[in-house]
Order: sequence, then C-alpha cells, then structure tokens
Amino acid sequence: MPAAPIIELDGLAVSLGGRLVLRDLRASLAGRCIGLLGPNGAGKTTLLHTLLGFFRPAAGTARVFGKDIRSETAAIRAQMGYMPETDSFIAGMSGVRFVRLMAELSGLPPAAALERAHEALFYVGLGEARYRPVDSYSLGMKQLIKLAQALAHGPRLLFLDEPTNGLDPPARRRMLDLIRGIRDGGEARVILSSHLLRDVEECCEEVLVLKEGRVAVYANLEAERRANRRLLELDVRAADGAPAAPAFAELAAALGCESAPGARQRLKLVLPDGVEARDMFQLAAGAGMQIRRLDYKRDSLEDIFLKAMEGDPDGRV
Amino acid sequence: MAVYERTYHRYDGPMTTPRRRFLVVPRYALAGVMRSRAFVMFYLLCFLPPFAGLIAIYLRHNLSALKLLNVPLDRLREALPIDARFFAGGLSLQGFLAFVLAVVVAPALISPDLRNNGLALYLSRPFSRAEYVAGKLSVLALLISTITWIPGILLFLLQGYLEGAGWFVAQGRVLAALFAGSWVLIVSLSLLALAVSAWVKWKPVARIVLLILFFVMNGFGRVMEMALGTWWSELLSMRVVVETVWAGLFGLALPTGMPAAAAWAALVAGSLLCLGLLLRRVRAYEVVR
Repeated sequence: MPAAPIIELDGLAVSLGGRLVLRDLRASLAGRCIGLLGPNGAGKTTLLHTLLGFFRPAAGTARVFGKDIRSETAAIRAQMGYMPETDSFIAGMSGVRFVRLMAELSGLPPAAALERAHEALFYVGLGEARYRPVDSYSLGMKQLIKLAQALAHGPRLLFLDEPTNGLDPPARRRMLDLIRGIRDGGEARVILSSHLLRDVEECCEEVLVLKEGRVAVYANLEAERRANRRLLELDVRAADGAPAAPAFAELAAALGCESAPGARQRLKLVLPDGVEARDMFQLAAGAGMQIRRLDYKRDSLEDIFLKAMEGDPDGRV
Repeated sequence: MAVYERTYHRYDGPMTTPRRRFLVVPRYALAGVMRSRAFVMFYLLCFLPPFAGLIAIYLRHNLSALKLLNVPLDRLREALPIDARFFAGGLSLQGFLAFVLAVVVAPALISPDLRNNGLALYLSRPFSRAEYVAGKLSVLALLISTITWIPGILLFLLQGYLEGAGWFVAQGRVLAALFAGSWVLIVSLSLLALAVSAWVKWKPVARIVLLILFFVMNGFGRVMEMALGTWWSELLSMRVVVETVWAGLFGLALPTGMPAAAAWAALVAGSLLCLGLLLRRVRAYEVVR
C-alpha cells in the first residue's frame, strides 16, 4: 500500500511583490526524507514559507498531513519544526533558554520544554555549549542550534532550509548524519531544501526539482536506484578479442534480457527479475566469451537535475 | 530524545492551552527586561512619587504627626488639596516616567527579534502576529500600569477611606479618569514605542528616535503655535495631546486651546497608524519589491 502523502500541492501559485514566484505546483510527496532542489531563485524557500503560512497562495492550495494551508495554519504549524536558512535566534539568551522558549511557544509546558531543550542540545552536539549566549556561537553552532529549536518540541515534520550552509566538511558530515538519523528513526518526516545535490542525494528518498517557480521534475530516488540496478552496459569480446555484442545479445535474450547496441560496440541490457549480473558472467564463460567491462547504467541525481534544467518547464524532462 | 540514546523521539506529553501559550512571550520578555540592574533601579524610583503621595495623604489625616511637625492642618489642606488636580498632577508626573520607561524597554522588546530574524522562529509555531504584538505590548502595559493607575487608584481608595464616603462619592469621576487616562497613555505610548522599535532595528537609534519624536515634536509644536497662533500645530506634541485628554477626563481646564475631541481624534488616529506600521513590520519575512 502506498504511504499517505505528507504534502500535496494542488495548483499552488504564490505571488510576491507583484511577481509570480510559484506557478501551478502539483505534486504529492510521501517519502521519509524529501529533497527540494533547484537553482537559486527557483522558489524552494518560498514554497516552504507558503506551507508554513507565511505567504498566502495566489491560486490553488496545498495540504500538509491532509490539512489545508489556507484554513488550518495553526494546526499545521503545531506539527512542524522549521530550521530557517538565514541566521535566526533570539538575542541575549543562552542556548538552552532559547530552545526552551521555542519549545514553550510550540505548546510544551515549561518543565517539559526545559527537559526537551537539554536533550535537543545534546542530540545536536551542543551539550557543552548550552549555557553560552547564542550571540557568541560560531556559524556552525548557530546552524546546530537552529536544528535543535526545530526538534525540541518533537514535530512530525521538519523543514530544513539549506542546513549545511556555511559548514566546514566535518560539521557538514555531522549535520547530514543527524538528518539521516532522524529519517531512519521514522518519528519525523524531513523536507530538505538545498541547492547542493550531494546533500540531497545522501539523505533523500524523493526529490522535487523546481525551476523558475515550476515543478521541473519529481523523482523517486529509491525507485531510480532500484531501476538503475537492472540496467547494465557490457563490453563483450570473443575468445580472439573481437567485439561480440550481437552474439551475446542473442544468448542473453534466451534469459529474457532486452538489449540494445551501445556506443563503442558495447551492449546495453535490461535484466528481468530473477536474473543478476553474475548470470551474465556465467553465460559469457559458457559461450567462450569474455566480459571485459560491466557498468551499472546509473542515472545520478546530477543527471536528473541537469535534464530538469534543460527540459520543458512543465514537468517533462 | 533521551540524552544517553542520542536518537530523536517525538514529544507525546501534555500540551499547554493557546491562552497559556500567549503568556510565554511576556514572561520571557519581562525576565529579560528585569535582568538589567539599571532598569530595576529606575523602576523602583518610579514608585517614589506615589510614595510621596501616600505620605501626604497620611499626614493630612494624622493630627498627632502634624503637631509633631508643627504644621497647622488648615495650612496643609490649603497648600495640598487632595482632589482631581492632585491625582491629575500625579498622573502627569508618572506619565513622564512611563515615557522614559517605554523609551528604555520597548526597543529591547522588538528590535533584537527583527535584527536577528527571530520572527520567523516565533511565527513558524502555532503563534500569530497578533499574539506576538499583544505579548510584547502586554509587557509595557504591565510595567506602566504598576506606576500609573494601580498606585493612583490605591491612593484614591486610601484617601476615600480616610476622608469618608462623602468625599469618595464627590470625587468618583477621578477614579474613572485615573483608570481611563492611564490606559489612554499606555496604549498610545506603547504602540508608538513598539512601532518605532520595529522600524528602527538598532536599539540605541530607536531610543533616540523616540526622544526626538517626543521632545523635538513638542518644541516644534509649541514654536508653531506661537508663530501661527493656532492650536493645530500642538497636535504634533504627544504631551499636549495626552494632557488635553486627561484634562477632559478629570474635568479640569484644558491646557491649551485644543478641544478635547481633537485630542482624542489625534490619539486614536496616531495609535491606529502606529498599529498599522507595527503589523506591517512584524512579519516572518519581508517581501522586497
């Protein structure tokens, strides 16, 4: 049974300052961790802000956990944690007091908010710095405390806007580990907005690519990864070293493999269920042929993104 | 999200009601304001005039104390009548202290949140812009109340108790004027101070702008009034406008030629303008056109 959608975009359009920033967005997102990708100005942050109720839709609507963003903003916000892209904090407070305030604003009683604030700060790795004023934190620490305040009240859905911005490699690694930990724990869904393909590829199961305020492509990365494992590109040679792709294609067809000629006299194969790459080696050995090269024809997120940027702005790639 | 487990867990405990959630902002803001020793000292000084009023009322009704001080009762009653003028004068003095208090406190309430993009954090929660503004306003309202109408009404009740029911009934209007006049000051002053703080994100500059608005506009209004001979220019002076409203409420002579209705209209229009400016600024994100 397919998972219930977390976010449904239903012809959503948003106009800011007289300019249409998001246009007719339609998608249904259901993964544990969903990536929002797009170049700068594509509308990723505007989409998050609209889902949070900061901007009113000009047309269409969206639903978060089935709740309409036009009429149930407070109920939606009660289930969300938001980590903004920009530096955001309340000045003149210690880390733990800041996170506690945010948890109390989300509806936790003071004692529970204090307990969760301590836990959230330890969880993100700021346990030792929790009594220091937030104003004195480094950029990396400010990113972490933004994550802590988004987590402290225990939301069902996390919006992370460019969470690795300005982080050095170890801090970036730690942030991505935390995101993957939250994803794998299964207690909260994550929407990760980023322009960094690697961040999205490492954490997300689904990706929505935006271009000029439209959905350029929606891809289920898990399904893509599974499909990619069935696509092979082979360089097959006869015993004398001559290319033997056509002969091998006939042999593979007997196992139910579809084939097509590739570049440089290679052979592209689609493996049916129950047939694995090692079967190809056995087939070649039985026919006295050699497989000198075998590649999984992997369509990386970068390929998807680049195709989306080149494709029509109506969702077709 | 137990510390030792280092894993994320949802919160499934009890939640507070929206009404109680509204009190979170004033509670934290008040605690932040009271952290400053200088402010606490000033706040305590604000209670000196009501304390002096308390002593005056006590002396008027304590013959043995007057004898000890060698002050004849008739002379004291003549020099210091406890009537509408006494309470209006007290409110005027406390009003000035309330202005200083607002200049000190208001910029610390809103400016840092705007400067550090804190509003996005407040407003991404089940917490509205109106609740945010009301929460911040309530801090000023509470502090100014404790130095205006609350001590004023306590002094009035003490005087009424010592003087007798006749005085209490005769001066009943003063009680209403104290309460209404104080709230006129609280609402208009708080909205002005918060609106300025919202538009000027730097605390010291916001304080300077507030002082300019108060003193320079007062002076400008007075000069224009003298030059043009019309009370219209006095509408620029918040002090004159508020004191005109108070004079109308207490039933005293108006301080200038400005009618009380004009002062009310100016205050309402000014407060609505400040509220509009405040709400325009209090947004999670500013849209740059």
